[in-house]
Amino acid sequence: MSEQLLTELTIFILAVFVGIEVISKVPTTLHTPLMSATNAIHGIVLVGALLVAGVEAPRLGAILSVIAVFFASLNVFGGFVVTERMLTMFRPRSKS
Amino acid sequence: MTDTTFAPPIEYAYLITGVLFIVGLRLLGSPKTARLGNRIAAAGMLISLVAVLLTSGFVSWPILIIGLVCGAIVGIAGAQNVKMTAMPQMVAIFNGAGGGAAAMVAAAEFLTHLDAQSITPDVSITILLSAVVGAMSFTGSILAYLKLQELMTGRPIVYAGQQIVNALLALIMVGASVFAVYTCATDPTNTTPAIVAFFGAMAAAAALGVLVVLPIGGADMPVIISLLNSFTGLAAATTGFVLSNNVLIISGALVGASGTLLTLMMGKAMNRSVTNVLFGAFGAVATSGASSGASGASSGTVREASVDDVATMLAYANQVVIVPGYGMAVAQAQHSVRELADQLESRGVTVKYAIHPVAGRMPGHMNVLLAEANVPYPSLFDMEDINPDFPRTDVALVIGANDVTNPAARYDTASPIYGMPILDVDKAERVVVLKRSMKPGFAGIDNALYEDPRCVMLFGDAKKSVDALTAGVKRV
Repeated sequence: MSEQLLTELTIFILAVFVGIEVISKVPTTLHTPLMSATNAIHGIVLVGALLVAGVEAPRLGAILSVIAVFFASLNVFGGFVVTERMLTMFRPRSKS
Repeated sequence: MTDTTFAPPIEYAYLITGVLFIVGLRLLGSPKTARLGNRIAAAGMLISLVAVLLTSGFVSWPILIIGLVCGAIVGIAGAQNVKMTAMPQMVAIFNGAGGGAAAMVAAAEFLTHLDAQSITPDVSITILLSAVVGAMSFTGSILAYLKLQELMTGRPIVYAGQQIVNALLALIMVGASVFAVYTCATDPTNTTPAIVAFFGAMAAAAALGVLVVLPIGGADMPVIISLLNSFTGLAAATTGFVLSNNVLIISGALVGASGTLLTLMMGKAMNRSVTNVLFGAFGAVATSGASSGASGASSGTVREASVDDVATMLAYANQVVIVPGYGMAVAQAQHSVRELADQLESRGVTVKYAIHPVAGRMPGHMNVLLAEANVPYPSLFDMEDINPDFPRTDVALVIGANDVTNPAARYDTASPIYGMPILDVDKAERVVVLKRSMKPGFAGIDNALYEDPRCVMLFGDAKKSVDALTAGVKRV
């Protein structure tokens, strides 16, 4: 394993621990918005798709990466918008 | 990464994004700050996207922008029009899109690296992981979507030798992956075998995604949706390894952790291990086991009530606990339920909602539906909090929930749901069950609750029944 991969693995493992710590504090009532927000967050793969698609020579790889951009973009924008829509509905006790 | 003193500017953008994601998720921990949290996470995403668009020397701008804009339009349109009851399907679709994107990025990277003959085992292993996990998540999510949207049967699909077929496919997937890594390392100039092995592994993974979700029944969907969520997170993280991109690694790890945690929670709420959910083919086994015993026993002993009986019972109660289930979602009855609760509350009745962790088709499904119907979230109670309250409850009103109220889970060791934590509705003074028919729930087993002398049934569409009850309560 290269030094770089080891560093990345370290980042990954620490992020997993942070994730567990943060997520375990989310109450059950917010689990659906949580899931849809994390859904939007994994749309970050869009960054990867753009990096690959932007520099690719025109062939199968290029086609694949443009489809990847489309999918990831759908994931990002849809995910955040639907989470926002859901969260506007959550409200504390009130009248009317 | 180059070894200059200063990292390229985009690395700083990635760092900020990673921090904003974590802060955003932290704020999602409370209903009061959740919206802010979502916006902070979205801002984090925007920062990296803008940074990547500005700093990379792209050669194919137009096609990129077309892909980006089309994806955004489709995603936003879907997000704005989806019904809250269909949220599990929506999440499944986004999951699949993310997984598919990760797999395709991996494939594109593989082809590029092959071209350049620059594949080290580090690179090929991470690429294959990303491709395989992404492909599984993609097809698995699509199948989950088809099931949830009822474009195909929601019941488990089982056939002889299912596990053997799955095991064989898994073997092919691993074998092809190993071969691809090996041939890249030993014979980098001959690309054909590597390409064949790579896409072979991906195809096997895609098939496996379908076959693993096939035997999963509707009520197990909360587990599988969470699991697919975690898989897509992992796919994004491995893509991060492939591209040496820290923000992908961090985000993927966060999502992977979140999905895994939710998966375990859902499994615990059903008293079943994840392996059991995945390979148990629960519904099918239970149906065949129960149909023999069920046929005669149930029909005779249940008591049917009229709308007026139940309306009177509710109107003169001190405390009513409403137990919603997937049936409420199917009938789109959440607004009607809210009206009934309003009517009761105006008469001084205390109304609470009891939410079982696996009610509905994804974690928190009922909470979102009730939130949509303007039910304030402090009225919603988790299982542990509401169960001690049932002995003080006059009427437990069960709307489209079944297995999560079955007391057999407490004492019947032969029952497939034995040991599953349930809502103790049978401890309430009276129980009213709103149900379409006597058809058993997802587990295919009779609910011992219905034969309890304190339990009455009100048959019919949940929405119509609830509306009738509201009118009935007004008349009392």
